[in-house]
Amino acid sequence: MKDPRKFNLQCPIPKTEYAHILMAHGGGGRMTCHLIQELFIAGLGNEILDMGHDGAFLPPMDGEVAFTTDSFVVDPLFFPGGNIGDLAINGTVNDLLCCGALPLYISLGLILEEGFLIEELWIIVQSIGRAAEAAGVKIVTGDTKVVEKGKGDKIYINTSGIGTIHPGLNINPKHCSKGDVVIINGDIGDHGIAIMSARQGLEADIPVISDTQSLTDMMMSLFRNQTGIHVLRDPTRGGLASALNEICDSSGTGIRLHEKNLPINDGVRGACELMGFDPLYIANEGKILVILPESEAEEALSIMRSFKAGKGSRIIGQVTSDPKGILCLETTIGTTRIVDMISGEQLPRIC
Amino acid sequence: MKYIDEYRNKVLVDNLVYGIRKEVSRKWTIMEICGGQTHSILKYNLLQILPAEITLIHGPGCPVCVTPVNRIDQAIVLGGLSNVMLTSFGDMLRVPGSTSDLLSVKALGGDVRFVYSPLEVLDLAEKNPEKEVVFFAVGFETTAPAVAMTVKQARNRKLKNFSVLVSHVLVPPAIEALLDSEESRIDGFLAAGHVCTVMGTSEYIPIAKKHKVPIVVTGFEPLDILIGIYEVVKMLEKGRYGVKNAYTRSVRDEGNQAAQELLREVFETTQSEWRGIGFIPASGLKLSGEYMEFDALNRFQLDVPSTVSIGACIAGKILTGQQKPADCSEFRVRCTPEKPLGAPMVSTEGACAAYYRYHRTTVSTL
Repeated sequence: MKDPRKFNLQCPIPKTEYAHILMAHGGGGRMTCHLIQELFIAGLGNEILDMGHDGAFLPPMDGEVAFTTDSFVVDPLFFPGGNIGDLAINGTVNDLLCCGALPLYISLGLILEEGFLIEELWIIVQSIGRAAEAAGVKIVTGDTKVVEKGKGDKIYINTSGIGTIHPGLNINPKHCSKGDVVIINGDIGDHGIAIMSARQGLEADIPVISDTQSLTDMMMSLFRNQTGIHVLRDPTRGGLASALNEICDSSGTGIRLHEKNLPINDGVRGACELMGFDPLYIANEGKILVILPESEAEEALSIMRSFKAGKGSRIIGQVTSDPKGILCLETTIGTTRIVDMISGEQLPRIC
Repeated sequence: MKYIDEYRNKVLVDNLVYGIRKEVSRKWTIMEICGGQTHSILKYNLLQILPAEITLIHGPGCPVCVTPVNRIDQAIVLGGLSNVMLTSFGDMLRVPGSTSDLLSVKALGGDVRFVYSPLEVLDLAEKNPEKEVVFFAVGFETTAPAVAMTVKQARNRKLKNFSVLVSHVLVPPAIEALLDSEESRIDGFLAAGHVCTVMGTSEYIPIAKKHKVPIVVTGFEPLDILIGIYEVVKMLEKGRYGVKNAYTRSVRDEGNQAAQELLREVFETTQSEWRGIGFIPASGLKLSGEYMEFDALNRFQLDVPSTVSIGACIAGKILTGQQKPADCSEFRVRCTPEKPLGAPMVSTEGACAAYYRYHRTTVSTL
């Protein structure tokens, strides 16, 4: 049989008795079984999931294990560059990579709202399948619950992930040291602005596409060649500024960014200027901050740039000993200011 | 990006700072009126490159900051009514009233929504005929024309479930009030560029003459602000006063006459309270008789006791330039953007929030 995960978006929805999710789809009976068989096994099946146990039986793993979880409530569900499905896989995969781990297994928990279109669910499940395949992970266990109409918002997804720490790596924000450089793998702010544009129906001259992507290939190649990495962090909610502030807080070191080196495309810049947002605080879903000694930066950059996900990699700042625990930005006009942690919520339900 | 990058250009900025240093011979205190300018000054840390002789004080041009507590309390009461959908600009939702704020009202089940444009609210009113849809309108002469247009369209569309809680204020009366105040130590003003885009420059000429101060219409990019400061300093050093337009790419002397016409049609001036400053005659807008049916205060009987100010906040002294945010004993202690005690800490255009975010006096080694 043809692997269902190879299907594209035009893949016809499997035959189900209903066009919408009903409460009974979460009831544990025949309709739940149908949903699991016709959508989830068809879209995501593998030798572990297909066993049909209450939980996954995983083969023995070598070395230290990383474990993470993340929930996804993005609104709208479909946005330029992706949907809640691939976001839910890429988000958890990238969290594992930030631990220095090879992502292996993912659990998938769905909370569906009564009345949600099964056709839309099928598109999301297929995206989950494709994203998992691209990231080299297997969906090994899952759960579906249904809540009454009005008690949820179409679909919420939780994914948890397990991976094995790459030998020799020791990632920890406390390792951030004076003389390290901060690398990012491309433009910042794409995801947040893509969501906002989709939500507001903004039609910009330069459309902005979410950067949601798994970074597995690029990061595994980096791990194989660069065991001197000190810190990894994905600048998701709260953006670059919040991720780097957390690192400054943990390590007690300062970080100095150079505004002129920050990669921001014109679509994001334009939208931010128009709406009064600061791109430093806008969410990313396919970016990673790599902090490592300056002596290793050139090699790291050349490895990262050899992957599509890392074409735009560049050094954006340095780790400093002073001012302690503070993120600073050297502006385009040569002055320096503090970049603080975000206050409140710049854009809600971004992921 | 055109019209952005050239105004953030280091060489041009350095030249202008050199020019200001060459002109300045003594201490001058200059107030930038607009919160957008305050934000830019702190975001680009212009304080780091300006000569020590120049003191910038941050004026009352942050609409969120000057909206009176009583009006926010009225909005909070409206937002809590089961038949009301209350809409406003995002920043307004976080401003503390006397006991709560609109985000808390929303969390407790009130239908409170933020919009980017007041015109969106008309569609919301049309789609929700069972609700009374109220727009909480704040802002200066910049946002008032869009609200005027919205009210006019509401009448054309015969919307019966739409109304506006008006809290618009005007810049020139506030400048006059600041200059009339005995504590005033302001030598010159950077007028708010976008207010002048709408209103033109003529309103400022009598003020400059009467008080013998330079008023320079100024934009919002770092280079714009430095040009404004340069022009003010040049006039001060030569003992001149008057109005100059340093934001000609946006401001014409006559302003936007269509917008002014709309303001005249829909609004009339009224005495208004400015949070932290007090009542200023003819400094606010209210709907004119013809449009009174859209006044939320008319439509709802709101019994909200009047409140003048909240405890510890020294907003008045900040907004009139008598103190800096760091002079406040609550700044960074009990008053933060997450838990603001007063309005200047709420909006990104508020002086306290801008200092909190971009500036720390304790950091000397920046």
